Amino acid sequence: MKPAAFRYHAPRSLPEALAVLERHPEARPLAGGQSLMPQLNARQVTAPHLLDLNRLDGLDGIEEAEGCIRIGAMARQAALLRSPLLRRHLPILVEAAALVGHIATRNRGTLGGSLCQLDPWAELPLVAALLDAELELAAPSGTRRLAFRHFAQGAGRNALWPGELLTQARFPIPAPGARQAFVEIADRPNDPAEAAAAVSLRLGAGGEVVSAALAVCGPFPVARRLPEGETMLLGWRPGPDPRPLVSAMPLPDVADDDRAAMVRVALRRALERAMA
Amino acid sequence: MSEERFPISVTVNGEPHRLDVPARLSLADLLREGLRLTGTHLGCEHGACGACTVLVDGASARACLMLAVQADGRSITTVEGLERAGRLHPLQQALADHHGLQCGFCTPGVLMTLVELLDASPSPSEAEIRMALAGHHCRCTGYQGMVEAALSLSGGAGTDR
Ligand SMILES: Cc1cc2nc3c(=O)[nH]c(=O)nc-3n(C[C@@H](O)[C@H](O)[C@H](O)COP(=O)(O)OP(=O)(O)OC[C@H]3O[C@@H](n4cnc5c(N)ncnc54)[C@H](O)[C@@H]3O)c2cc1C
Ligand code: FES
Ligand code: FES
Repeated sequence: MKPAAFRYHAPRSLPEALAVLERHPEARPLAGGQSLMPQLNARQVTAPHLLDLNRLDGLDGIEEAEGCIRIGAMARQAALLRSPLLRRHLPILVEAAALVGHIATRNRGTLGGSLCQLDPWAELPLVAALLDAELELAAPSGTRRLAFRHFAQGAGRNALWPGELLTQARFPIPAPGARQAFVEIADRPNDPAEAAAAVSLRLGAGGEVVSAALAVCGPFPVARRLPEGETMLLGWRPGPDPRPLVSAMPLPDVADDDRAAMVRVALRRALERAMA
Repeated sequence: MSEERFPISVTVNGEPHRLDVPARLSLADLLREGLRLTGTHLGCEHGACGACTVLVDGASARACLMLAVQADGRSITTVEGLERAGRLHPLQQALADHHGLQCGFCTPGVLMTLVELLDASPSPSEAEIRMALAGHHCRCTGYQGMVEAALSLSGGAGTDR
C-alpha cells in the first residue's frame, strides 16, 4: 500500500458530506483522484481523513439555468465532452476538456477537481478565468458564491476555507455571435500545456471588436486575464495581421522569455481562430 | 492499532467477489496481490504510464489511482478477462499479428484502452487511435504496430475523417 493510512468517509449526500466536514474540517476531499491519488501514493500529501465525493448523489449535473450552464463539481471531464448542452452553448469548454489528460484520466477526473487543483497549465481553469465562472462553495455553516478570479489565488492555491467544498460552477452562456477559441501549445496534445490562450470576442455592426476577453496560462502561477490586452483589442477589425497588436500586449511577469513568446503565439492563433 | 477494513462486493472478469479491504489499498494492488491477477501491471503508480489501465463498468481507469473500496458495486475487466474459451480476443490476436508488443509490459493497459475505444466507436480513425495510445508509454516496441493492429479491426480501415 502506497499512501499513509487515513480514515475513509464516503457519504451519499451533500448534507452527509458536510456533516463529516463539521466533525473533521481538515478532511481532504477526493474527487477523480487523478491529481490527489498520485500525491497520496508518493506521500507528498498525507490526509488523516479522506472525504470521497464519488458516492455523492446529484453533484454531477450539467444544466442550463438563468443564462448560464451550471455544472456540478463531480461532472467527469469525459461527461463534458459528451454533453450536447455544452457542445451547443459552450463549445470552448468542450475543446478545452478534450486536451485534459487521456481517456482514462478523463473518465475519472472531474471539473471541480481541476478547478480546485489549479495547476498552472490546466485547461479548465483557463476557461473558467476567461468566462469568469461563478463558483458555489458549501460549508457546514452555509453556502457562498465566489467569482473564479477571487477563487484562483495561485498555483494549487484556492480560496476554499477548511471544511468547504466546491459544489458547482456556473459558466455564462456567450451572447449569440460571440467568437471564442482555445489554443494550446504542448509537446503532444495531451501533455501539460507550455502555454495556452483562450479568447472571447464580440463584433459590432461594422465588424469591429466591441467586447473582448483574453486569458492565458502556462508560465504564470495561475490562469490570468489580460485586461490591458482586452482594451487594446476594442475597435480592432479582423483581417489585418494580429501580430503587432499581440506583441504590444503587456503580459504578467514571466521568468522565461521563451515561454512568454509561446504565450503570444497561442494568443495570436486563438485570435485568428476566433475570427476565422 | 489495526487498520479499519471495508466490505466490498466487486465483479472481476464476470466473477463476483466479497472482500474486506483497507481503505488505502489501490485497485491495482487488490487485483494483483489480493486476486492474483498479475496481468494488470504497475509502472509509475502515478497515472502517467497507463500500464495499470483496467475497465470499470466498461470505462477505462488507472487502477493505480483508484482505491479498491471505490470498486464496490462495480464490474472490473482486466486483461485476463479478454480471452474467451481459450481464444485470444481479436485485439490480442491483432497485436500479435502486427508486432504490436515485445516485452509486453505496457500491453495489458494498451489492450484495455483499445477495447474501450473500439467499443465506443467501431471505426476509429488513425488519429483517434494515436490519441488514445498517447495515454500509454511503451518503452520497447514503439506504437506503429499497435496502431496497425487497431486499424486492422477498425471498420473505417485507415481513413482519417
Ligand atoms: C497522466 C495524467 C495526465 C494529466 N494531464 C492533465 C492535463 O493535460 N491538464 C490538466 O489540467 N490536468 C491533467 N491531469 C490532472 C487531471 O487529470 C485531474 O483530473 C485534475 O487535475 C484534478 O481533478 P480530479 O477530479 O482528478 O481531482 P482530485 O485529484 O481528486 O483532487 C484534486 C484536488 O482538489 C481537491 N478537490 C477536488 N474536488 C473538490 C471539491 N469538490 N471541493 C473541494 N476540494 C476539492 C482535492 O482535495 C485535491 O486537493 C493529468 C493527470 C494525469 C494522471
Ligand atoms: S502504474 Fe498506473 S499509470 Fe502507471
Ligand atoms: S512492449 Fe515493452 S513496453 Fe511496450
